[in-house]
Amino acid sequence: MSIELRNVSKSFGEITAVDRVSFSVKEGELVALLGPSGGGKTTVLRMIAGLELPTEGDLFIRGRRVNDIPVQRRNIGFVFQNYALFKNMSVFNNIAFGLKVKKWRKPDLRERVHELLGLLGLDGLDKRYPHQLSGGQRQRVAIARALASKPSVVLLDEPFGAVDAKIRQELREWLVTLHNDLNVTTLFVTHDQEEAMEVSNRIIIFSKGHLEQIGTPREVYEEPVNEFVARFIGVLNVLELKVSEGVARVGELEFPAHDRPEGSTLRIGFRPFAVQVSPEIAAYRSRAVLRHTYFLGVMLRLELELPSGLIIRSRMTKEEYGALGLRDGLDVSFMIRRYRILRGENEPLSQEFQSGETTFSTFGAGI
Amino acid sequence: MPHPIQLSRPVSRGTRLPGRGDSQAGSEEVPWVRSLLITVALLFAATFLLMPLLNVFAQALVGGWKFYLASLLEPDTRAAIRLTLVVAAISVPLNCVFGLAAAWAIAKFQFKGKTLVTALIDLPFAVSPVVVGLLLVLIFGRGGFLGPWLEEHNLHILFNTPGIVLATVFITSPFVARELIPVMQATGSEQEQAALTLGASGWKTFWHVTLPSVKWGLLYGVILCNARAMGEFGAVSVVSGHITGLTDTMPLRVEKLHQSATAASSTAAFALASLLALLALLTLALKTLLEWKQHRDFARAQQAPQSFSAAKSGAANVHVIQVQP
Repeated sequence: MSIELRNVSKSFGEITAVDRVSFSVKEGELVALLGPSGGGKTTVLRMIAGLELPTEGDLFIRGRRVNDIPVQRRNIGFVFQNYALFKNMSVFNNIAFGLKVKKWRKPDLRERVHELLGLLGLDGLDKRYPHQLSGGQRQRVAIARALASKPSVVLLDEPFGAVDAKIRQELREWLVTLHNDLNVTTLFVTHDQEEAMEVSNRIIIFSKGHLEQIGTPREVYEEPVNEFVARFIGVLNVLELKVSEGVARVGELEFPAHDRPEGSTLRIGFRPFAVQVSPEIAAYRSRAVLRHTYFLGVMLRLELELPSGLIIRSRMTKEEYGALGLRDGLDVSFMIRRYRILRGENEPLSQEFQSGETTFSTFGAGI
Repeated sequence: MPHPIQLSRPVSRGTRLPGRGDSQAGSEEVPWVRSLLITVALLFAATFLLMPLLNVFAQALVGGWKFYLASLLEPDTRAAIRLTLVVAAISVPLNCVFGLAAAWAIAKFQFKGKTLVTALIDLPFAVSPVVVGLLLVLIFGRGGFLGPWLEEHNLHILFNTPGIVLATVFITSPFVARELIPVMQATGSEQEQAALTLGASGWKTFWHVTLPSVKWGLLYGVILCNARAMGEFGAVSVVSGHITGLTDTMPLRVEKLHQSATAASSTAAFALASLLALLALLTLALKTLLEWKQHRDFARAQQAPQSFSAAKSGAANVHVIQVQP
């Protein structure tokens, strides 16, 4: 294990920023710490670095307990959100700083710095000062500086937060490439689920100081452990229904709710993928108008408006859309193939219910 | 500009528009008002600052260059110059250390009583220097708090160089700290943290990262501190004892020469005063230069991206569907 946390907590006075968190990161993994702002993920990163001390629990880096080891001797590379480049030093000296401190020999030091300049596409910028660089270049200098003395772990705090959208995309792809080349254990903090999904091998999801779920991007998307994760990762349609005579209803939609008390509220959630759309009015029981189609590259997002005003999102590929002959303003029919019952933010989700058209009609007939 | 001022109507106190400072209003004043204000300011500066300053030099040179030099080289005056230099050489570094430590603590840490410490730093500005001198007498004087003990050990603080240094250190203690606090607060502590993660010790971090980033502010504070240390009169006057050739600093010597009625000593007083005036001019010049440099560095630092507007996508992807009535 490259990094391991065992029941780590951190309190600032009365406030518990991190509450009994345990996880481990394998050697060479690229892992995202994902969660909304204020979720405690940056605090976790800073504790691993040694910039904050845990109130409780144990921290291990490469099997060695590091709680009592000062930040200087943890051999980590840290990239700060706003880079924190030394503004009074040139790019060369910024990258060389850690090597000078560790008393590298001059020729080795020069070679290493130039190697990094090449690796990060910063050739020829070694004499520049931070204020003469673009946002993306500063970011790469910060990464080069963190990598210089070959740390056992690289920690990045919101690495792409401070650059604009286009550069952010480039940097993401570039981080993946860099990680593949160097294969150094990397942990980065982000509040952007898309970024986490795209870049990382595994995602660790935080909310309010608690670890909610650890898993591959696919696992957290397809098997979210609770409503928070389900809503945070990807798009989730959420319906609030009223139960009456064993049936939960909202607008025209009905779901079975035999075991629910009369008059109670039932919340269900489903991914846009679970919404099957057809241009034939008779294909499925529910009707809607295709209000708008959003082009997201290969995937399209469809916004369906039900007669009652309910809006439901669906998703499909461009090919599927073309084959079905869909267009904005068209009357369509649809069905929700799979859904889960939501029990509250941090409660486990129900298993997935299949709602075939048969269920729907049986259901309608039964009332 | 949400509330354009009507330029034809002078803006008086009663009709001042809300949310607008006086200085801003001034920049949009009618031309003749502007000229008037500038004239008044220039006249004031000329009458109360420039004329006396020129007069000091004129009076100092009344007896010619030779007399000017001779009066500066007179043994008691030389002793006064030496003492002033010694006092400044001790108190300025002391206040440098104090200022750095205080500014560091205030800018980079959160602790209880921080407001109190910040207020205490300003105390020497608020207290009359004479009172500071008297306080030292109360502590180190013969009947003072530490008096008997000092006498027992044959230590002479008052009417001696240590007393003068103590008074000067107290009076000049705010200068460095006051200059550094805002600079350090603006810099934040991320660069230091970065240095730590790269393996630098606390001392190396201070030397290579903290100090360079506050160097102009520090120099600025040092220069102001030095000017005041050399020019301090009130507090030093109380504790020095005015022993000619021993405990007279430059300002004290100027006063003593001026008090003795002869024309020659009056000219000598102006000669020594002209040195202090030169120091003041030099200080102003350096201060302006450093202000400019600090400004430039700050402007550069501002070019760094300050914030980001990345979408909080977590919230954006939740669609709670509601039925419209």
